[in-house]
Amino acid sequence: MLKLENVRKTFNAGTINEKKALCGVNLHLNPGDFVTIIGGNGAGKSTTLNAVAGVWPIDAGDIVIDGENVNKLCEYKRAKYLGRVFQDPMNGTAATMEIQENLAIASRRGERRTLKWGISRREKDEFRELLKILDLGLEDRMTAKVGLLSGGQRQALTLLMASIKKPKILLLDEHTAALDPKTAAKVLEITEKLIRENELTAMMVTHNMKDAIAYGNRLIMMHEGRIIFDIAGEEKKHLTVEGLVKKFSQTSGEEFASDRALLS
Amino acid sequence: MGCSVMGTIMNYFASLPGAVAQGMIWGIMAIGVYITYKILDIADLSVDGSICTGAAVCAAMMTMGYSLAVSMIVAFVSGLLAGLLTGLFHTFMGIPAILAGILTQLILWSVNLKIMGLALDKASAANLPLSSRNFDTLVSMLEMNRSLLVLALFILVIVGVLYWFFGTEYGSALRATGANLTMSRAQGINTGLAKIIGLMLSNGIVALSGALLAQYQGNADINMGKGAIVIGLAAVIIGEALFGWFAKTNFALKLTTVLLGGIVYFIVYSTVIYMGLESNYLKLLSAVVVAIFLAIPYWKKQYFSGAAHAEKKAQKAAEKKAKKEETENA
Ligand SMILES: Nc1ncnc2c1ncn2[C@@H]1O[C@H](COP(=O)(O)OP(=O)(O)OP(=O)(O)O)[C@@H](O)[C@H]1O
Ligand SMILES: [Mg+2]
Repeated sequence: MLKLENVRKTFNAGTINEKKALCGVNLHLNPGDFVTIIGGNGAGKSTTLNAVAGVWPIDAGDIVIDGENVNKLCEYKRAKYLGRVFQDPMNGTAATMEIQENLAIASRRGERRTLKWGISRREKDEFRELLKILDLGLEDRMTAKVGLLSGGQRQALTLLMASIKKPKILLLDEHTAALDPKTAAKVLEITEKLIRENELTAMMVTHNMKDAIAYGNRLIMMHEGRIIFDIAGEEKKHLTVEGLVKKFSQTSGEEFASDRALLS
Repeated sequence: MGCSVMGTIMNYFASLPGAVAQGMIWGIMAIGVYITYKILDIADLSVDGSICTGAAVCAAMMTMGYSLAVSMIVAFVSGLLAGLLTGLFHTFMGIPAILAGILTQLILWSVNLKIMGLALDKASAANLPLSSRNFDTLVSMLEMNRSLLVLALFILVIVGVLYWFFGTEYGSALRATGANLTMSRAQGINTGLAKIIGLMLSNGIVALSGALLAQYQGNADINMGKGAIVIGLAAVIIGEALFGWFAKTNFALKLTTVLLGGIVYFIVYSTVIYMGLESNYLKLLSAVVVAIFLAIPYWKKQYFSGAAHAEKKAQKAAEKKAKKEETENA
């Protein structure tokens, strides 16, 4: 479903701020894979997701989505294949527009936007049913401006928007990091449900090792722009936080530095 | 003495229909500004030039014998092109929006002089008459009642068309672009193109108001657009402040408040002139009013927001507690 081959990205090349963010990333996702991604600060997790999303062109390598090489497609064209949820709840929705308008925008992802009316009566009924899945009472507030919603509600709505057109790949970049623990758990639950029901292929970056172990069928760890290990299937099911930390220091030769990951 | 006071007051009332008509024309212009400033979140300064381009094109074409309808359509198209230019500067060449607008404004200064010159067989002209005595114009200050009616109809059509457009799939994409670029790209919207289309639409409307203004005042003038952006912003801001309460969600009503803002602006304008203010100070006054209104939301956030309040409260509570403990210890 997704193939990254020797993907490289250097920011600010040739300046004193030069930063090799991706140093040859190789990854192959099968349809239906739900992979969690962990790694310390600056390991290149967000950069990997941004490379897939086409936020900027990569320096070398190939990105292939469902058999199509997308290296040359810019961000808005690649959006046809992708659903994205960001760390900042503000990023995924248009605050000044209504809940139903946001969903209408999302349900036209990858299609030509014409001069037909922006939202149909049939769609409104569909959206109401979809919002019920979230179990947040948003189905009764469809004409409310999204700016009035809480961070958790916005993230849940963004998730719905990201999955409404069944993306080939769902990209989640620490999408629960800005939420309080209870809300984060709720949003994770919704994430899992949407991925399962729509049979999506997903990549989820998280700093929470327990979540990384509990969710998905595969786990990868990144370090200094590389994937340093990749665990799937039965082996992943038996992972523990301690085991992961040990594995990290064995593979990278360093202590695992992120307190955030260990404490949570 | 009493007689002259009465006379002044009568003059004042006699000037009101004119103020309303001017307010309506500039209100149309302000609707154009609303599209960029409020919907696209871009401060587009090209309007200072495109309002004059609309006026110059309309006056020049009518002078050269084209019909009123054709002249106004071409004026509108000239505005679209001005917007296209700013849009390309901004998206294709990556120039910040404000600077892109200023560049277009400067380019249009030369273009406008040329267009008016063309009609007079000169290299350039700073002024071109378009009197309703010699031309079959749509509006004119010499025919106030008809002008007010025509303007009202014009506005009805513009508000109607915009209400429809911004409700369509593409119009929604344009609004999303102004609201959140990251989200819009993630949802597959070509945000660069959306900005260009929005800038074109805005400047087209502004040029149309320029064409109407030239007919109304009986000439096109190279200086007529000076500070137009400030008048447009003033109309948007005044409209929102005074009439925002009845236009919470409906888009057509929001556009109407902009229009009302324009009318209020020109009524205030005539009023201060009749109160004896030197007309020279009007631009200064407008700029100060706009500056203050623009500052209000910032000040609100900075000094009166919930967070700032909570912080102050917490600080006070902490001080109190510290004092209490002190006294208890003592
Ligand atoms: N747009 C950019 N311009 C310059 N440098 C960047 C950019 N994006 C990322 N970087 C740099 O690339 C490196 C990898 O960053 P990235 O955001 O991928 O880390 P991450 O693994 O997501 O870390 P975190 O857990 O802190 O989010 C960092 O050193 C970062 O500063
Ligand atoms: Mg990151």
